[in-house]
Amino acid sequence: MNPLIEMKNISLRFGGNQALSDVSINLYPGEVVGLLGHNGAGKSTLIKVLSGAYKSDSGQIFVEGSEVKINNPQDSQRHGIETIYQSLALADNLDAVANVFLGREKINGVVLDEDTMEIEARKVLDRLRVKIPSLRVPVSNMSGGQRQTVAIARAVYFKAKVLIMDEPTAALGPEETQKVGELIKALKAEGVGIFLISHDLHDVADLSDRLTVMKNGRVVGTVNTKDVSEDEVLGMIIAGTTPKHLANK
Amino acid sequence: MNQTVKPASSGSSIIKTVGAIWSWLFLAFLIVVFEIWARLSFGQTFLFNLNSVQSILMATVQPLLLALGLTFVIIAGGIDLSVGFTVGLASVTAAQVMQSLNSSLPSGIGLALGIIAAILIAMIAGLVNGLLIARLNIPPFIGTLGMYGINRGVAFILAKGTTVPVDNPVNSALGNGSVLGIIPIPVLITLIIVVIMHYVLSQTKFGQYTYAIGGNKQAAQRAGINVERHTIGLYVLTAALAAVAGIIYTGRFTAGAAQAGEPTLLNAIAAVVIGGASLFGGEGKVVGTVIGALIIAVIEFGLVYINVSPFYQFIAVGAVIILSVLVDQSRRSVVGS
Repeated sequence: MNPLIEMKNISLRFGGNQALSDVSINLYPGEVVGLLGHNGAGKSTLIKVLSGAYKSDSGQIFVEGSEVKINNPQDSQRHGIETIYQSLALADNLDAVANVFLGREKINGVVLDEDTMEIEARKVLDRLRVKIPSLRVPVSNMSGGQRQTVAIARAVYFKAKVLIMDEPTAALGPEETQKVGELIKALKAEGVGIFLISHDLHDVADLSDRLTVMKNGRVVGTVNTKDVSEDEVLGMIIAGTTPKHLANK
Repeated sequence: MNQTVKPASSGSSIIKTVGAIWSWLFLAFLIVVFEIWARLSFGQTFLFNLNSVQSILMATVQPLLLALGLTFVIIAGGIDLSVGFTVGLASVTAAQVMQSLNSSLPSGIGLALGIIAAILIAMIAGLVNGLLIARLNIPPFIGTLGMYGINRGVAFILAKGTTVPVDNPVNSALGNGSVLGIIPIPVLITLIIVVIMHYVLSQTKFGQYTYAIGGNKQAAQRAGINVERHTIGLYVLTAALAAVAGIIYTGRFTAGAAQAGEPTLLNAIAAVVIGGASLFGGEGKVVGTVIGALIIAVIEFGLVYINVSPFYQFIAVGAVIILSVLVDQSRRSVVGS
């Protein structure tokens, strides 16, 4: 089976700073890969290359086995890659429906087709088993978890094959963190591949099938979550070394 | 659906309701006060005569045309300080074009060409605003302040430092005529533009993107909205509406003047703010702006009507601006709690 996403030998330099050197990572359908590392390790930079915010100096990106060029966020979206940012994802002054469809509104002639958009948004949230009382209040009035859900609903509605979630539970309470966890499992079951980015192992360990650890712009190693202890992963994050017997691919 | 909504205490729900419609109430209150005052002092009606209503509406035209564009710009988190002299630039341009074609072409065609030239030159000024702000990342306050000076200078140069009289009967009819002898043509034009702008802001992608950019520029960008192009479009739109105000001025006074829109800028911004738009972006409505503009016009006309020194207008309008922001803030703190 081809991986959903394969990034090969990605390098990127900002002036004197080698932000990414020779990074390779992959993701299979229905799989959750946790991307770990300290701030500045290169996780976010790598993911921005995938989401089209940055362009790599060298390296290749494959989507379902065929090489693609991702020059801007639209290219990335076209290949079914959607990014969910922890904070800056939504326009707070707009309602849930508007946020789900932002930039890709349904229109009737030149008029926004509000009814259709509301029905579709409701359908998608039902599918994700999420209850949001009113889709017509500004999302600034919603809880952190509900807002996260709106962002995910947006990705799911537009048929995301790959979801990139940047610190998805960092701002959430325990109950809402659990809800987002359930949501991630539901998406897995639908065959969506998910990158979970975090600097905190605890945020991602329970949800991830594999963990890729980065440090100083390089991949330290990729391991199956069930094969490693917490201490071993922390060792990879802090010391940047991986025990040979644990490394896969 | 089956989740319970926490009932708001009756006190805060009253504030909420009043906060939402306070500008309507305030407008009604003003009219009632002036009506009573006029009847008691002079035994005359304030509102119930055609002349008063026409005067108020005519006084609303210019600030409202500027305020409509500003509503969009302010919702998107910007500001345009240059519009006052965009009015003057357009007014002088229209006047010069009409005057130079006066002997060679029919009046109607002269007016049409004058209008086109005025709108085009204003749109160029708006385009410069947009490019400065969206492409060169100059803060809107500074970029448009610079263009305020440039528009002003260009307008006075085109006018050769004086007013430009226009001898064109169609132009004069545009500014002073009325439909069925009741609705002044400038009011009708403004009304049509109000309806279009309301529709654009509330029903179209263009309106939706304006709110989105004001609410969260980065989210808008990530959603694939071309924020740069949209922002430029907003300043061009605002300038084009200012040009309409300039053209109407030229018709009404049968002359072009560089200072045609000079005193109006602050009233236009005030109308937007009184109408409930947030200067931080993300909020505002065309209907609110219309009410805001009417409130200012009623205050100004009403004070004249009841014989109060015109200088009190400034104080009254200033007080209303502060009041409206206070009402808005207390409404927000209630909604937010």
